[in-house]
Amino acid sequence: MGKRIMIVDDSSSIRALIASALNGQGYDVLEAEDGADALEKLMTQGKSVDMMITDLNMPRMDGINLIERFRKIPGYRFIPVVMLTTESQEEKRRQGKAAGASAWLTKPFKPEQLLGLVRMVLV
Amino acid sequence: MSGVGGEIFVDEARELLAEVESALLALERDAEDPELVATLFRALHTLKGSGAMFGFDDIATVAHEMETVFEQVRSGSLAVSAELVDLGLLALDHLRTLVALAAGEAREHPDVVGLLARIGAFSGRSAKGEPLIPAARAIGSDLLRTYRIRFHPPADIFQRGLNPLGFLHELYALGDCLAVVQTGEIPDLQAFDPQRCYLFWDLILTTAADHDAIRDIFIFIEDGCRLNISLIDEEGWPENAADYKRLGEILVERGDLATRDLEQVLRERKRLGESLVEAGLVDSSRVGSALAEQQRIQELRRQRQEGGTAKSLRVNSEKLDQLVDLVGELVTIQARLSQTSLRSHDPDIAAVAEEVERLTWALRDQVLNIRMLPIGTTFGNFRRMVRDLGAELGKEVELVTGGGETELDKTVLERLNDPLAHLIRNCIGHGIESPTERLEAGKSRTGRIQLFASQVGSNVQVQISDDGRGLDSRRIRAQAVASGLLAPEAELNEKELFELIFIPGFTTTAEVTSVSGRGVGMDVVRQAVDGLRATIDIASTPGKGTTFTMELPLTLAIIDGLLVDIGGENFVLPLSAVEECIELKQEERKKSGSRNLVYLREELIPFIRLRERFGIPGEAPEIEQIVIATLEKRRVGFVVDSVVGENQTVIKPLGRLYREARGLSGATILGDGSVALILDLPQLVQMEEIAEDALIGAFAGRKD
Repeated sequence: MGKRIMIVDDSSSIRALIASALNGQGYDVLEAEDGADALEKLMTQGKSVDMMITDLNMPRMDGINLIERFRKIPGYRFIPVVMLTTESQEEKRRQGKAAGASAWLTKPFKPEQLLGLVRMVLV
Repeated sequence: MSGVGGEIFVDEARELLAEVESALLALERDAEDPELVATLFRALHTLKGSGAMFGFDDIATVAHEMETVFEQVRSGSLAVSAELVDLGLLALDHLRTLVALAAGEAREHPDVVGLLARIGAFSGRSAKGEPLIPAARAIGSDLLRTYRIRFHPPADIFQRGLNPLGFLHELYALGDCLAVVQTGEIPDLQAFDPQRCYLFWDLILTTAADHDAIRDIFIFIEDGCRLNISLIDEEGWPENAADYKRLGEILVERGDLATRDLEQVLRERKRLGESLVEAGLVDSSRVGSALAEQQRIQELRRQRQEGGTAKSLRVNSEKLDQLVDLVGELVTIQARLSQTSLRSHDPDIAAVAEEVERLTWALRDQVLNIRMLPIGTTFGNFRRMVRDLGAELGKEVELVTGGGETELDKTVLERLNDPLAHLIRNCIGHGIESPTERLEAGKSRTGRIQLFASQVGSNVQVQISDDGRGLDSRRIRAQAVASGLLAPEAELNEKELFELIFIPGFTTTAEVTSVSGRGVGMDVVRQAVDGLRATIDIASTPGKGTTFTMELPLTLAIIDGLLVDIGGENFVLPLSAVEECIELKQEERKKSGSRNLVYLREELIPFIRLRERFGIPGEAPEIEQIVIATLEKRRVGFVVDSVVGENQTVIKPLGRLYREARGLSGATILGDGSVALILDLPQLVQMEEIAEDALIGAFAGRKD
């Protein structure tokens, strides 16, 4: 039914904010607190995701590393990945794109902006 | 700032600050540990991000500036020192206060500006605390523009997990959009790679959004995406439909055709499009696209030309209000002129007065019409509210609206906003159940709130209904008795019980939420409805839902009234409610005794004697008049001495002292300068019913 979106961010409040926006639109949400947690959940929970939204700066495994590994998982090559960046992270943004990110969103963003982007990439 | 995640934010911020504190203190002991700096950097970065997301700009700014300082430490351009740690601790204290402020636990604002100056002085840069949030861009003017957009997605768009359709959908959402897909670049089968995108699109978009808003859609795939956006038409540009560019011109402009080739082909004098395709200069889909553009713009311009009168003009609403006031005065003066001319028996003056009357009425209608706005915009405002509230309360709610084109006076519409919001909030808070409850009750997970408007006679009906649990009349009764609003032995029918929810302070919700249960709300609705001279009706079925029906007057300023006379005093009844007038002879009155009922075409109709109700002294005439009015599908008669005639009633509110006067909704000034009171018919009926119930109660009491 609803598409499932994975949110990876070490800030639980931002995860809550995004999750509530997405839930409000009927999306199913899977949360992870960093890259390592995300990969572990993807591998062990047996649930596939239709999209991933990830922060870049995270302990243990950062977003860029995550995107690279995510793209190598069979079936996730063409799944949209949106990275959350801040104004000052132009270099990171470039690395993220090279790693296979589909799009990026600059923090702070309004929930509507995120929903617009999700609508756009999850056709 | 509350809302989703607000509390989580505060908890998380405190955790992060604790991390910052211990890292700072550790740094004081071991200045060489790069891990500590990394920890500080990351914690501040996270705080900056979430602070900005939740709208705590001060927190985000301070965190950002400190992050920049530790970035310098990390890159080696700044050394760890006791001063650095001191500054870090100072910033930490400020951040703690700011978080307490965000949690609503503190009131004092810390000196953020002073702190930023110190951080700036320390790191040798000026930390001005530039806003982290880019200023919102203006959405552009209301002018409709037409753009030509060529969207050539990167060939690897699919491999990047994106679908070009998504972008097209967003463009369609911006306005009126026409897309022509270009297939000319699809290679032969042998060379075809199914993972690559060979298609591109030509779009003609008519929108009020500006160039940047369109570009923003593509911002995520900007590199690798070839995008051409050009303005090709704007309101106010040449109005001649046939004037738009010729096919060859469009193709050259788009870069699809070289000027030299165009001239060559033009010399052959065949149909240009065909010749171009034949000559292999342009493929047929590009020609088709250019032709589509030509047609579209010509159509647009033709529409503009024909609909010249439909062009709108923005006027300050205050000016409009003044205009309505002036028309109100004019209507009053005109009535005086008509009366004077009748008395003067001068045919010349009578002719002029008649003409003035005709024009005044036409003017009145036109002016009131200008103020009419479709109710749909108001409905649209609630979409967001329904969604947010539903999310906040853990309920799934969808809003369905209908009849958005129904028009209402601007003032009515503005004053309708609050009561509607209250009712919808009430529906979500009390009516709609949680998804699990709904599933258990055999309903769909998602509750539905319907908002419908329609014109009924000279009124507008607005219905708000939910498919929730319905009103529990037993609980309302129990609550009313418990709070002393109702005597335990009082007998009320269901409708009367429902009416109780409009009493100030009444609530059936045990816990207080931000939405409902504070006992304010429904009485606000009642007040607003009364203020609008409207009625509200509740219908509810347990387990099925509740429907509120409001009947609103089209306008508040001027109504058609029926002027009547009682003992030399003038009164006005709203003509929209009046059905007919019949005579009431003295002997009939005697026959009916104290029952106050009259037979009209096989139907018994109750009547109210206004002379008695208002205690007007003197004898009633031999033959009185009953004005029969329809109120909420019931027919009720109002007995007056005589009917004077129709009257253009400019409504003036009653003074503050008379605001509590029941049965009256306002006053108006008549042509001769005297004042007539405007009757509030539903309220009069209600008062009569209450008086009658008291009487019956007294009788019942005597029997026992």
